[in-house]
Amino acid sequence: MAPPSPRRPGFSRRAQYSLFMGYVAAIVGALAGLLLIVTARFDPTGHAALQSFFTDIFSPVSSVARSVGAGIGSASEEVGAYFDAASKNRDMKRQLDAARRDLITGKNDALENRRLKRFVHLVERLPKGIVTARLVSSTGTSSRRYAILAAGSRDGVVNGQPVRTLDGLIGRIVQVGERSARVLLIIDGGNIVPVRRVPDGVPAIAYGLGDGRIDLRPLAAGTNPFKQGDVFVTSGTGGIYQPGIPVAIGIKHNREGTLARPLADPASFDFAIVEPEFVSPPPSPSVEGSKK
Amino acid sequence: MARHPRSRIGRTPSLTQRQAVPIISTMIGSLTPLLPIIATAPVMPPWGLLIMLAWRMLHRNLWPVWMGLPLGLFDDIFSGQPLGSAMMLWTISLLGLDLLDRRMVWRDFIQEWGIAGGLIIAMLLSQLLVSYATGGATNPLFLAPQAILSVLAFPLIARICAAIDDWRLR
Repeated sequence: MAPPSPRRPGFSRRAQYSLFMGYVAAIVGALAGLLLIVTARFDPTGHAALQSFFTDIFSPVSSVARSVGAGIGSASEEVGAYFDAASKNRDMKRQLDAARRDLITGKNDALENRRLKRFVHLVERLPKGIVTARLVSSTGTSSRRYAILAAGSRDGVVNGQPVRTLDGLIGRIVQVGERSARVLLIIDGGNIVPVRRVPDGVPAIAYGLGDGRIDLRPLAAGTNPFKQGDVFVTSGTGGIYQPGIPVAIGIKHNREGTLARPLADPASFDFAIVEPEFVSPPPSPSVEGSKK
Repeated sequence: MARHPRSRIGRTPSLTQRQAVPIISTMIGSLTPLLPIIATAPVMPPWGLLIMLAWRMLHRNLWPVWMGLPLGLFDDIFSGQPLGSAMMLWTISLLGLDLLDRRMVWRDFIQEWGIAGGLIIAMLLSQLLVSYATGGATNPLFLAPQAILSVLAFPLIARICAAIDDWRLR
């Protein structure tokens, strides 16, 4: 015989009603959940405010946990480094030689650059980073790629600002709470960054794929000009991201686009810099306008 | 006559212990996104969901059907999905399990694993649909490792819940 169950209340009116009300509450609540999802779609700001209220409450907990985790991570890295010290040493010597050669070329280029800028009276005013904070956690179970930053409106973080490390771009702020903010990583499937290839400035669009890689699509139709090893930086087109932040390096050439790896490894970054939103300068006045 | 200190005869655990343990363990499962790991791909099984299903499979009358609402809301706060998604989906899955209980009264563990596995995969896919509706664009194939890992993790979670249950009713 099946065990007696409160789901089969028998003749008790009270039990019948309470069971019925339970079902009503469940269905009404599920509909309320659906309504909340609809608000997330049609009123993202309101929904984000609600979400950041809750994230705020719990961000100190994960902030502490993060620093402990970072300690453990670096310890295991150091143990690993001990074992392949010899081969690493050889590698580093080779890299050092290459870097020295590049440095000289770079210095030369910088000089040339300064000279050319003076020549065309171009002054670049790029604002400095404003907030430096820890990335404390991320949404590993969801199909979206968000990270939680341990700084919020109290520290001057504003919605829409780009977030980077010294290595490259991480993403942009999509939600700001009082003490925490949510960062949409560039590897998220919903994130699009306008980029250009480093030496020659061929423009492209970087789409996140959602699995840690980035898809780079050239703007020009036809064959894909990007190769493995090409480095891409933000182009600044359309604002938000300042030009010149490193984004990705190509790893696999396809016919339509190139798969790339983000230059700032999300798993290793700890401190992130929040920069002011970049506003692209208005088009320069025409020659006639400037004369009068 | 004095009772033996470890005697379990004639003793029932307090109501708080009986009710709070499953709820708190599910909430701890929902808190896993707070772990200091920056994941570059969706690989982490939805622990909160797994623990909730494990409790539900262990005691089908433990919770009223609306229990998915508060537990789901708590999960939504941390999961990165829009608020209301787990609230809705967990409640629907509890309602579905209720209907299923009328059809399959006696079940063995393999069947429960199958049911839970189907629910987990359905849940991951519906969460993907929810994220599509709110701006995401992840290829469904990238969820495969997470789905496989989650289904394989269910027996482990069920064992852990059974062990906690043993302590809970002691």
